[in-house]
Amino acid sequence: MLNRYGHVAALLALGAVQVPMIVASGVLLLLSFALGMVFLFPPQVMMVRRMAELHRRLVTRHAGIAVESPYLPPPPPPVPQADGMYRSDRTLYKTPRVPAWNNRWRWLVSDPGTWRDQSWLLLDPLVKVLLLPALLLVPGRGLRLYARWCRLLLGATAASRLAAQVGHLRRTRNLAADSQAAEMRRIERDLHDGTQARLVAIGMTLGAVEQLVDTDPAAAKALLAKAREASSETLTELRRVIRGIHPPVLAERGLADAVRALAMDSPLHVTVDVDLPKRAEPPVEAAVYFAISELLSNAARHGGAQEATVDISAHGPHLRVTVMDDGMGGADPSKGSGLAGIERRLAAFDGVLAVHSPPGGPTTVTMDLPHVLPEPESATRKMPRWKMIVVGLLWATAWCPTFPQGVVAAIFKIFDIDEKAWFLALYLPPQWQWPTIIGMIVLGVVMHVMAIRIPAAHDNQRFLLYSKPLNPWIP
Amino acid sequence: MNRVLVAEDLYLLRDGLVHLLQAHGFTVVAAVESGPELLKGLLELRPDVSIVDVRLPPTHTDEGLQAALAARRQVPGLPILVLSQHVEQLYARELLADGSGGIGYLLKDRVFNAEQFIDAVRRVAAGGTAMDPEVIAKLLAKNSKRQPLDHLTPREREVLEAMAEGRSNAAISQRLYLSESAVAKHTASIFAKLGLAPSDDDNRRVLAVLAYLNSR
Repeated sequence: MLNRYGHVAALLALGAVQVPMIVASGVLLLLSFALGMVFLFPPQVMMVRRMAELHRRLVTRHAGIAVESPYLPPPPPPVPQADGMYRSDRTLYKTPRVPAWNNRWRWLVSDPGTWRDQSWLLLDPLVKVLLLPALLLVPGRGLRLYARWCRLLLGATAASRLAAQVGHLRRTRNLAADSQAAEMRRIERDLHDGTQARLVAIGMTLGAVEQLVDTDPAAAKALLAKAREASSETLTELRRVIRGIHPPVLAERGLADAVRALAMDSPLHVTVDVDLPKRAEPPVEAAVYFAISELLSNAARHGGAQEATVDISAHGPHLRVTVMDDGMGGADPSKGSGLAGIERRLAAFDGVLAVHSPPGGPTTVTMDLPHVLPEPESATRKMPRWKMIVVGLLWATAWCPTFPQGVVAAIFKIFDIDEKAWFLALYLPPQWQWPTIIGMIVLGVVMHVMAIRIPAAHDNQRFLLYSKPLNPWIP
Repeated sequence: MNRVLVAEDLYLLRDGLVHLLQAHGFTVVAAVESGPELLKGLLELRPDVSIVDVRLPPTHTDEGLQAALAARRQVPGLPILVLSQHVEQLYARELLADGSGGIGYLLKDRVFNAEQFIDAVRRVAAGGTAMDPEVIAKLLAKNSKRQPLDHLTPREREVLEAMAEGRSNAAISQRLYLSESAVAKHTASIFAKLGLAPSDDDNRRVLAVLAYLNSR
């Protein structure tokens, strides 16, 4: 209780700061837009944003209602053209300062979050005053009410969430494309320097054999033996390249056996525990395989480990891989090494890498890949019994108010038919008849909408997939 | 002892194998190119030895290996020599797991050396074992830090390697330029150091060594 009053006091104190801030904001906005002193606008926006961010944090912590930031991601720094100039619209600049300022200006002005913040700031002290009785008498409920108000203007909008998601997808796509290009270059180099060169050598040896075979059969025979040896070496080389592209066991057996094969080839004593009801997509399997391979070789090479455990398990549609070793620890993803590469590889699947490696060991690396396994048709997606009963009752009874009690009664009334039958409205005094009829129709429509909305709200994805205009319920 | 079945999906390699085997006095009773055909052939024809590629149609995964394992479950000890573009300890263990002989697992490159390859085919047909040196090298590398193994002398290690590949004393003596009695002395010493029961039967000896190396 006391705690809550503390929160209320903090909010009210901030309210006292907000009032001069409103005055200052008004002056700054006037100066920047009416007098053209545009350089005053960004600091003003940043000031308001800081205040809004403070309220978001307070409300999230105190009322338990999460309020996300709605801001669009800031523009990337300007990139110079081929001639070293920076372009902004149709003007070229020598330094990036002006284009950067233009981008920033556009970003701040065009973000709806900016203007929602401004209107929030203007109204917030008023709301605080209005809610004062509630905040003081029932602080718990008052804080929740205030949080709702904040979420209305400070929360993330669909557009800002989408923008954040697009930004995230663009980043991961770039990472994936980069790492793929790097892989391609590595494979090209391996084939070019190794396999191709060896095949050229074999071809040359065979050419020499062709010349020698009549004059010096013994020498030709020796050269042939050499060519055979070289072809064998080429195959060994090629096998190594193939292993780096896509390990054959992975293609033949899937992740579980591929990791077991990896464990057998590792100099460590590796225990493998796999619990996967279904196979993941091949790219995911490959990413996980190479990640485990890298971790095991790190443990053997740098960690000085003797034993390791690999645990691969499914948690619903999420995949979790844990690799533990008894080495000396001290692994750090930020210090180069293969961990950063694993992180990049996993990022393409929204996977995250968590490393726990205190000096002296042991090292535990956990990789989480969300939504990479085929989704099981689980029971949790089914509606609870009471909801099914409610929906069934709604479908069974909704016709009654809409049609006979509403539409048919209305037709009787319009054509002045004397028959009253069982139409409730027609038994009432005349001034109540129309309101009742319209009320009945509204009730029926609401019941229909509820019958459709309850299952739709329960499982939005399935509803969007399966429902059709003519049968809006989920089969 | 010379009815052979060949299972390989690449025409050139299949044809090459058939010619090679015929040139060395084998009769090729069937040359198949897919997993289901292979299993049918193995069970119906009961060839004296079969040469099987791991990767076969229709799935192009480990179809050949699965067919070989399935056939050997029904007919224990049916001699099969498995060829592959890559060797895996995992597959070697699966092939050796039933403990009966007549099994081989070689890289496809070994076909280049016709004599050694035909020797391996004959060994498998006779109920022996033929393991690829690369598998053995991997096994030994993994076990190299293990207690009794690092007490072996370099010479004994070489003998152990050759023995694990499935070679007889005579073959080992030829390869290492030793007398047969010297090889016998080495093998006895190896068995004593590893704590394995000595055996005169070549094949049982190989399986014991492989089981020992696989035991971890």
